[in-house]
Amino acid sequence: MKIANRKVTAERLVRDALEKARHFADYNIFTFLNEEGAIKKAREIDARIAKGEKVGRLAGVPYALKDNFLSTEGQTTAAAHILEGFVSPVTATAVEKLEREGAIMIGRTNMDAFAHGSSTESSYYGPTLNAHDRERVAGGSSGGSAVAVALDIVEFATGTDTGGSIRQPASFNGVYGLKPTYGTISRYGVVAMASSTDCIGFFTKTPDDMNLLMEIANGQDPKDLTTLPDYYDESEAKKIKKIGIIKDFDNTSVDSEIRNALVSKVELARSKGYEVVEIEMPALKYALAAYYIIVPAEVASNLSRYDGVRYGFRAKDTKDLDALYKNTRGEGFMPENKRRIMVGNFVLSSGFYDAYFLKAAKARTLIVKEYEKAFEKCDVLLSPVTPNPAFKLGEKTNDPVAMYLEDAMTVPLNLAGVPGLTIPAGKTKDGVALGLQLIGPRRSDKSLIEFSKELV
Amino acid sequence: MKYIPTIGIECHVQLATKTKLFSEVDNDARNKEPNSCVSPVDYALPGMLPRLNGEAIKFAILAGKAMNCEINASSRFDRKHYFYPDSPKGYQITQFYHPIIGAGYVELPSGTKIRIEHAHLEGDAGKLTHFDTYSLVDLNRVDTPLIEIVSMPDIHSAKDAHDYCKELWRLMTFAGVSYGDLYNGNMRFDVNVSLAPEGSTELGTRAEIKNLNSFRSVERAAEYEIVRQSKLLDAGEKIIQETRGWSDDTGKTTGQRSKEEAKDYRYMPEPDLPPVNLSADFIQEVAEKLPLMPADYRRKFGDSLKTEILEILLDYPELIRKLSEVDEKYVVTVSNLFTSVLLAEEKSAEYLNDLPTAKQLNDLAKMNEKKELSSTATKEVFLHLFDPQMRRRDTEVIAKELGLIQENDLGALETIVDAVLAKPETQEAQADFRAGEEKVIGFLVGQVMKESHGKANPSAVQEILRKKLA
Repeated sequence: MKIANRKVTAERLVRDALEKARHFADYNIFTFLNEEGAIKKAREIDARIAKGEKVGRLAGVPYALKDNFLSTEGQTTAAAHILEGFVSPVTATAVEKLEREGAIMIGRTNMDAFAHGSSTESSYYGPTLNAHDRERVAGGSSGGSAVAVALDIVEFATGTDTGGSIRQPASFNGVYGLKPTYGTISRYGVVAMASSTDCIGFFTKTPDDMNLLMEIANGQDPKDLTTLPDYYDESEAKKIKKIGIIKDFDNTSVDSEIRNALVSKVELARSKGYEVVEIEMPALKYALAAYYIIVPAEVASNLSRYDGVRYGFRAKDTKDLDALYKNTRGEGFMPENKRRIMVGNFVLSSGFYDAYFLKAAKARTLIVKEYEKAFEKCDVLLSPVTPNPAFKLGEKTNDPVAMYLEDAMTVPLNLAGVPGLTIPAGKTKDGVALGLQLIGPRRSDKSLIEFSKELV
Repeated sequence: MKYIPTIGIECHVQLATKTKLFSEVDNDARNKEPNSCVSPVDYALPGMLPRLNGEAIKFAILAGKAMNCEINASSRFDRKHYFYPDSPKGYQITQFYHPIIGAGYVELPSGTKIRIEHAHLEGDAGKLTHFDTYSLVDLNRVDTPLIEIVSMPDIHSAKDAHDYCKELWRLMTFAGVSYGDLYNGNMRFDVNVSLAPEGSTELGTRAEIKNLNSFRSVERAAEYEIVRQSKLLDAGEKIIQETRGWSDDTGKTTGQRSKEEAKDYRYMPEPDLPPVNLSADFIQEVAEKLPLMPADYRRKFGDSLKTEILEILLDYPELIRKLSEVDEKYVVTVSNLFTSVLLAEEKSAEYLNDLPTAKQLNDLAKMNEKKELSSTATKEVFLHLFDPQMRRRDTEVIAKELGLIQENDLGALETIVDAVLAKPETQEAQADFRAGEEKVIGFLVGQVMKESHGKANPSAVQEILRKKLA
């Protein structure tokens, strides 16, 4: 991605990216295009290169920023009405690190409001279209970012993954998408969805780009006490020998074309001398239920701050404080946001906490242990990302549970904090992109990225 | 019927850390513009995460040790949810369920021990000021570190309630963890009072009086509640479990017409903060820095000082600490100067910040003892130890400069006495005294004092006079 010493200028790259973004405007990828800011930055970088100054590893590289990352450029809305007009005075740690290396944000990408959703249809700004099939969803919640990379508008895009929000849209659009080990990249300055499962990650076109971005963005941050001590740069990519296939996932509930894609990758691996073992992970069947208790609880809590008092949208003509809260939140949140707030408050309410939240927390512990056991038997798990390929726009919007079921294979990783990398795996006969995910033990992010090159 | 009151007290103490509990913003909001001590974290911008202030942890350990409490090696924060503009995040971050400070006790001056159930660390809320049609929000106080000290139901009188609160205040100020400025709300008390018939093993229904900010209010409000509840019970009525407000002006508590819906705070583990795990070494290292506490001083001075004097001094950590540096034989003299001279001064608060050295005080007491300074002169020199022009000098230098050293040299005094007795204007008085008129001795002493320019030791003068006139 380096452009130093290249023939092309940063300004040319940025102008091309902006031009492509405008060209694909009907895909509804961006909530904000950083036209002036991006070109200004590109010129600064070109000037520095012309003077022979040292520039960063991402100098002049155009990228797209998911709209839930705080930066001082443009509004940060998380595609939510209630954050309309919010211009952040601070910048997320991850964004700072990218920009310090010279990356140039050309636009903010569309998403399900507050990252609640699996299709980007729950955005206040309307859905983003799939990069390869305009009748299908982009996936979500980081739909805009996945499509921006898949359509080659930018070199990379940021995403957040709370239950699959990077891996699933990466799969739906045929690009690489990494959810790192929990705590690898600082969450400071990223609109919180569920604090204990939120992960910052990226969409790229190649494993090497992913590795470079991880080298840049990883690291302990005093502003985020849940970040891990630095490990990424020091970690050696572990030589992977044994690949595990999860028995429970390879069943009839998974679409046949996805199963075929899995089988062909397994065969490719076997042909390269890798050992393939079947792993039973029965505890994973509790993951979806546990996830949809723990995450809504944290969601309800994290969304409490959006009350119309200090920033963002405030309902008009409210007669008292109660009405200010109710109308602001009533008008400002999307139906999916409200659903999760209600579920979350329900499972936390007195009398229900033990029956729901506490039980889910225990299930979570079982799931953590299930992965630990699995990685005693194999080095990496290869699994579908979703039971089905990208679905049609509007197909599941009226059936939240059907939508939640699409997350069954992504959420267990978030509960366990382990990393998952979506790799492209061809297309269906209808031309819909397919992906598979590589799952490793905590801190194996680099090994996953390295190993993914073997499966191309 | 006779009732036994039982009083439980929750005390909120604002910790005097440099920065807030979860951000690096100035924690001292006194005399600051509203909303000027607020970071994006306190303001609850999207994506902001709490950081934990290590100094607050250390202060909590000191506060706990001051109350003879266990310090828990592992503690944890929860979120306590409620919507109100004083709470930008929509929840308070609190250790209520997993506190850093465990069980302990506070010993009152009377010797009564009040057990502490626990004390937990949490963030304070902002402040709202209400007007006719609008309210103003000041978030300066948001996430100022608080410890909330929860007592066991060991208090059975309004007087003990007062003494307990005051002792807590002393412990916190002695430990140096709070400014202890009650006027500015550094310590606030929630007092719950219930009555049970004498001999009953069960506690009665309690009423809680919230947000009291002086010891006197605590005592008066508790007293009022005891009387109010006694009357109701005597009349066969029931006590309603409720929150009541206290008015210093009317001297009454009144039921607050709050919406009586059960509050559900939806507690949840705070996912942004890892548990606080403290090693035994760390706890000990911090605890060793705990200075002497009131109980230590009571042991130290209990034999030499009157209880009233000692208890006054214990309201001023600076004074009792200074007194500890003074020679044991001068402790009484110096403590009297502190309580009857220094504290009577208009500027005493200012003086407390820069007390004389122990040597200056020892010298002063010594000069008084040797009668080089009269008691009046001693007080005068003492006050000059605070004089900006003189304060750095030795006591004797100051006393000399002021010309206050008494003439104790008997030979020199005799010469002056002889001179006075030789004066014609004293002849009549001398005759009167010889004739048995005792009181004229005062006139003669006065004459000698005048002659000596006030430096003569009057008792020595009298002695010489009596000898000469005998």
